[in-house]
Amino acid sequence: MQVKELVEKLNLKILSGENGLDREIDGCYISDLLSDVMGNAMEGDIWITLQTHKNVMAVASLKELACIILVKDLVPNTETIDQSNEEALPILQTSLPTYEIAGLVYNLLHG
Amino acid sequence: MHFEYQVYEADFVNAGAASSAIKKTLKQLNINPSIIKRVVVALYEAEVNAIAHAYGGTIFADIESDKITVKVVDTGPGIPDIDWAMQEGNSTASPEVRNMGFGAGMGLPNIKKNVDKLNVTSKVGVGTTVEMEVNFV
Repeated sequence: MQVKELVEKLNLKILSGENGLDREIDGCYISDLLSDVMGNAMEGDIWITLQTHKNVMAVASLKELACIILVKDLVPNTETIDQSNEEALPILQTSLPTYEIAGLVYNLLHG
Repeated sequence: MHFEYQVYEADFVNAGAASSAIKKTLKQLNINPSIIKRVVVALYEAEVNAIAHAYGGTIFADIESDKITVKVVDTGPGIPDIDWAMQEGNSTASPEVRNMGFGAGMGLPNIKKNVDKLNVTSKVGVGTTVEMEVNFV
């Protein structure tokens, strides 16, 4: 599944990195601890988090994740958005809390 | 090939820059992707450690035909008990750093899991040196 399909099916808002909407999704990882993501997320994962600072992009880029979903309408800071656009690694937004969006993503990937 | 990068205290905006540069180089050299992934995890953690815990430092990376050797030398408070610091969950990070999602006590364990050789030396009040090696084959 590509990121753009995820966006359409779960009604996500695209905040940045639109050029990366054709990235391929292989799975999902959920954590707000950066070292946990660094150590355990896999290439091609969606990353669901509430962290909005620039290091989120550093981790996502180094791990070659497919996209980031920010929960509860959280907004990334400008530096985060800039790097997302530069790297074509989309940051998406949902109004849902982590548990709710995780369930929807799970059903979409495994349903 | 020899590379050197400076990192600065609390400069979180640039955390990962050195790791990203070395990753690009390894990709250009066609190193096995699964080995690059391990190098990147270890390198990023070491880079963040120097930024979060020390007063800055230098990353020295040497890429040879069969391995990469990285040495991160910082000036900083040093680690009084390296065995304690190596255990998952132990951290001395500030509340601000923890709020960013760092300081979970996973950095050094992440490094250990991903390298073939690791040597941490430290002197309290002077600084810490982390040396690591990852073999390409």
